[in-house]
Amino acid sequence: MNDRPETTPKSAQSNKAAKPELRPVVNESGIEIKPLYTAEDVEQNGGFGFLGKPGEYPFVRGIHPLMYRHRPFTMRQYTGFGNPVQTNQRFKYLIANGQTGLNVAFDLPTQIGLDSDDPMAYGEVGRVGMAVDSLRDFEIAFDGIDLDKITVSLTINGAAPQLIAMFLAMGEKRGYDAKRLRGTAQNDILKEFIGRGTWIYPVKPSIRLVGDTIEFCATEAPKYSPVSVCGYHIRESGANPVQEMAYAFCIAKAYADDVIKRGLSIDEFAGRLSFNFNIFGNIFEQVAKFRAARGLWARIMKEQYGAKEPGSMWMRMIAGGGGGGLTFEQPEVNIVRGAYYALISALSGAQTMALCCFDEAYTIPSEYAQRISLRTMQLLTDEMGLADTVDPLAGSYYVETLTNQMRQKMEETMAEVDRQGGIVQLVSEGAVQSQVSSQAYAMQKDIESGKFLKVGVNRYRIEGQEEHEVHMHPYNEEDTRMQVDSLNRIRGERDNGKVKAALERLGADARAERNVMPAIMEAVKAYATVGEITTQLAGVYGRYQEPIRF
Amino acid sequence: MTGRTDRRIRIVVAKPGLDGHDVGAKVVVRALMEAGFEVIYTGLRQPPEAVARIALEEDVDVIALSSMAGSHVPFCQKLKPLLEQAGLSDKLWVIGGNLPRSDHDTLRALGFKGIFPTGSRFDDIVAFIRENVRPNVQEGVK
Repeated sequence: MNDRPETTPKSAQSNKAAKPELRPVVNESGIEIKPLYTAEDVEQNGGFGFLGKPGEYPFVRGIHPLMYRHRPFTMRQYTGFGNPVQTNQRFKYLIANGQTGLNVAFDLPTQIGLDSDDPMAYGEVGRVGMAVDSLRDFEIAFDGIDLDKITVSLTINGAAPQLIAMFLAMGEKRGYDAKRLRGTAQNDILKEFIGRGTWIYPVKPSIRLVGDTIEFCATEAPKYSPVSVCGYHIRESGANPVQEMAYAFCIAKAYADDVIKRGLSIDEFAGRLSFNFNIFGNIFEQVAKFRAARGLWARIMKEQYGAKEPGSMWMRMIAGGGGGGLTFEQPEVNIVRGAYYALISALSGAQTMALCCFDEAYTIPSEYAQRISLRTMQLLTDEMGLADTVDPLAGSYYVETLTNQMRQKMEETMAEVDRQGGIVQLVSEGAVQSQVSSQAYAMQKDIESGKFLKVGVNRYRIEGQEEHEVHMHPYNEEDTRMQVDSLNRIRGERDNGKVKAALERLGADARAERNVMPAIMEAVKAYATVGEITTQLAGVYGRYQEPIRF
Repeated sequence: MTGRTDRRIRIVVAKPGLDGHDVGAKVVVRALMEAGFEVIYTGLRQPPEAVARIALEEDVDVIALSSMAGSHVPFCQKLKPLLEQAGLSDKLWVIGGNLPRSDHDTLRALGFKGIFPTGSRFDDIVAFIRENVRPNVQEGVK
């Protein structure tokens, strides 16, 4: 696949003398890459007209004037397993090692709104993340952690209303003012229908719930970011980098439209919207992707939504992870991939960084693997000069040309989604799912045939030594039992009259299409469980029936 | 039901448990269809009872699970007796996904003859199914 002119036989060289045959290069987004870029290429592709200065519209170069020179990106590894006691210990380990934020992983029962003793939760409690049943679990998980210094991101979607409420209630109990409490919830349900799959309710009420959390936080917790719209998982499901951004923006617009319908102005909530993007692939395509998207989002907010506040136009993002790019084969090589991904993220002006650990294709990351990821990010800021100057690739003929080309493709893709009926309809029908899945299949075939190169997979393979490099995380049945015991204790100790009243109010509010967050706050404070709240809402909204398309 | 030789191999691909990572399951479904098999995909969140019921109702030759979130052993422990009760012991049981090597013997002992961890190739999965499905069905494959 690689172009190697030096291996060309001498006779052929002397006959043809001049130009070597160049392999054609087309990036994943379908843009043909030239062997050389000059000022002319920039001019022919829109010039520098849409660049601006960092901290100024259209924010292509960054959302702040000084970026990392003022404050480096937040380091926020995805963490959580077993019960809240164990997870609290790992949080403290990471903070002691210099981590500056937390990013909480929940187990699957919690993510889809089941209590730990639900029969459907069998074998899954505490397995891929921390188990949460009630407010008590949040109290334990964040015990001893200063929420003014360490911001917390909750990777929760279907059960986000309950868990946002638990976070705010926990903060309040510890004396933090909800008006000043910072933090983020993923809470992007539309992408769960495309990839990741932790949906609970049908599409329409699911969007409504996202709107409820945004509306509630706009007044009650105005520093809290209730949604982090994820291109990440759409990319993991098979989307190319342009589709990743375009679909995410369509989804973000769907949430914004729901909130605007309630009478809020865009500037009352858009400043707290944020994004979560993927990073694996070609370095320059990724950097151009983020720069292009930053300008595009600013333009959408300003021109389509009439935003006036700069903060409403900011594409704030977490980036650095790229599970789809990591390999099961030769896992230690993933450390190096992770380092390149971190570099891309820093070159792209991410606000927050989280890396996939090298052992993550196998298991819950070990402390050792987590520490390597953390050190990878720290190297960039402390040794490698990535925090010294803003948007260091700006002005590169290649990067600026590609940035303009990528933005144009994103706009075309978004327009195509609208022409086909809009993102909500396409997701409801399973059309987006089908599209990205067919691309995932094509990519996998290209990897198996060697057309798309993966080091250690279709080149330079070493058979059968992989697992020696990885320490498997033990799954302990005892942790499940402790979690269920704790849940039963809560059910015995709490005021069940209060719980019942709060749940009844929740049902009534959901039926009347009032914002359900105040009732959920009341329920959570009375130690109602994740499962009880979900059951109550599902009684009104129903449950999602997945369209079987592949 | 048995003795039919004029049909293609039928496979149910199921997503066991609560795991929502279905990229792998879906690409394998496409690969199996392209190889000429008839494939029934269950979608997400199938409890063991549903997998056994669908396998029986659809009269499949192969029961294939795709598990990415680590609960494969407890799930298969529950599924095994259900498949046996449904009279599906003679079918080919296979499993793919994030399956640590240390679990492979356990899965084999639970009746899973084919184990395809992350990194397995489509060709190998297809060849294994062709070689291991009961011969009377095998004859019908074009």
